Amino acid sequence: MAFLRLEHVSKYYGDLCVVSDMNLSVEQGEFISLLGPSGCGKTTTLQMIAGFAEVTRGRITLDGRDITQAKPNTRGLGIVFQSYALFPHMTVRDNVAFGLAMRKVERTERERRMREALALVKLDKYADRYPRELSGGQRQRVALARALVIRPPVLLLDEPLSNLDAQLREEMQFELRSIQRQIGTTTIMVTHDQAEALSISDRVVVMQEGRATQVDAPYRMYEHPQTPFISRFVGKTNMLPGTVTRAGARAEVGIAGLALEVDGNGLHAGDAVHLSLRPEKLLPVAQGQGKLDGRVATRYFLGSQWQYELDTAMGTLVMVTPNDGRAPLADGQQVGLDWAGDTLRVLRAGA
Amino acid sequence: MSTLAAAPTPKPRTEGLPAILGSLPLTLLFLTLVLTPLGLTLLLSFAQFDYNTGIQPGHTLEQYLTVLTDSYFLEIFWRTFWISGLTTLVCVLVGAPEAYVLSRMGKPWRTIFLLVVLSPLLVSLVVRAFGWSLLLGPNGPLGRAAEALGLGSLLYTPTAIIIGLVHVMLPFMVIPVWTSLQKLDPAVEQAAYSLNASRMQTLWRVILPQTMPGILSGSLIVFGLSASSFAIPALLGGRRLKMVATIVYDEFLNELNWPLGAAIAMLLLVANLAIMLSYNRVVERSYRRSLG
Repeated sequence: MAFLRLEHVSKYYGDLCVVSDMNLSVEQGEFISLLGPSGCGKTTTLQMIAGFAEVTRGRITLDGRDITQAKPNTRGLGIVFQSYALFPHMTVRDNVAFGLAMRKVERTERERRMREALALVKLDKYADRYPRELSGGQRQRVALARALVIRPPVLLLDEPLSNLDAQLREEMQFELRSIQRQIGTTTIMVTHDQAEALSISDRVVVMQEGRATQVDAPYRMYEHPQTPFISRFVGKTNMLPGTVTRAGARAEVGIAGLALEVDGNGLHAGDAVHLSLRPEKLLPVAQGQGKLDGRVATRYFLGSQWQYELDTAMGTLVMVTPNDGRAPLADGQQVGLDWAGDTLRVLRAGA
Repeated sequence: MSTLAAAPTPKPRTEGLPAILGSLPLTLLFLTLVLTPLGLTLLLSFAQFDYNTGIQPGHTLEQYLTVLTDSYFLEIFWRTFWISGLTTLVCVLVGAPEAYVLSRMGKPWRTIFLLVVLSPLLVSLVVRAFGWSLLLGPNGPLGRAAEALGLGSLLYTPTAIIIGLVHVMLPFMVIPVWTSLQKLDPAVEQAAYSLNASRMQTLWRVILPQTMPGILSGSLIVFGLSASSFAIPALLGGRRLKMVATIVYDEFLNELNWPLGAAIAMLLLVANLAIMLSYNRVVERSYRRSLG
């Protein structure tokens, strides 16, 4: 029995469907990310779990208890809001202790747990500051401490890192994960940043137009996207439209006069398909030695990597190679391109 | 208020001659319409006065001494301030919840009710005061009801003045509170709920403290305007229940003792300023750190 369960959950605003028939089972201690572009219904899903948006159809159960109709202030979930939503008129100490005071936790115990929570987010020295005297990252930590201090069964994070600058975001993202590991709270995070979702989640739920289109572990999600949308949204990819020319265990797909061998599971001759080839899976080799040849059109230096745009018979391909200290390919250089046989993924067109 | 509007406050990058020229009309207006009469009143308050011969040459502090030592005047000052204070309190108690309810209303209703709240400002003060005197008078429905309940007559009592003042001043409380409610992050309320706070606890411990700056600035406006109000006390307080503004009017127009009237007016201004500035200071100090 899953710890938190969404069964056929839908949300309509009048005739407008925001979330449609969402099913999700979250195990205790799991870190789940809801990933999707804006307007895909991920925040609404979180709001329904939190109790701030009514569920039109379906059921939400928490630890066997049906909480579909429960009031938000009886659910006891910890929530970190995108705007942090700290109480501006209270010090950090009072912000964190608020939930404990509302639960009538006795004073010395309250003080002890407040200190503990602030120590967890490394803010013990800031207890007497007001929120507006803190930096964005510090406010974020206060919000996290305030949500965790009540020891919630589930922690909900609504785009928790989107207001931080890039470097801080990366730092906080790993810290968030290590805090979550340390206390083992079941966590659901909403995000539109695929890197964030992939790096710290146990499982990622990709949402699109109110539906969960794929639920998988980050590595599987990245390597085996089920639709062209997911393969584009989760990481970068080269999308190659083609037609199956030969079915079988190893099928062949024709693209621009080239025949590429792919895993033939469930393919029929004549099927229109998309092939997805990740930029980092492409390997530069000597001209004529690879599966196809290309010419470097542009190159970008990304610090740890080089990104090339290559003109090939199949159109423009993007390739990313690590900056290993050797001289990069020159603009206009002719190169051969190769890849390991099973890194080319087949996606049904229109799926 | 007018000091703020008239002070040369240049917009960013408007400096030097254009700024001076731009603020010239307002400055002139301010000087002629506010400072000059005020200065003349101040001078007048030091003039010597004799009931038989009128204003005499020379200067004296006699008028001020009269006001500050005569229990008749002191009582009027005291009454003015407690009536204003009570009016402010009632405005807070009525206006703050009103602003909260307004901010919670749906789209068409909010505009309609905001207009209702502001409507007192659209009707002449004198008309409204007469309206209240009809309602509260011995033949009015409220006056009769009070009589029937054994409360005695309402008109020409402090209660009548406070009712009238609250009606006039309410918009000045609702608008600042409403503004500070608009600035609230709606997620803050949700955060309180998620931490197990009840609706009342959220209102009391999260929303109210954040609207305090609005409530406090509303109180300043209401208190200041009430303490210097004339029409409502004159019409609802009658001939015997005086407030400072009505006694100033009496001194000028009935007693013809202009210097005494001027002295009372100056004292009202000073007392009002002192109360409001010290109040503002306390407020500023307690909210500068948390709410900025």
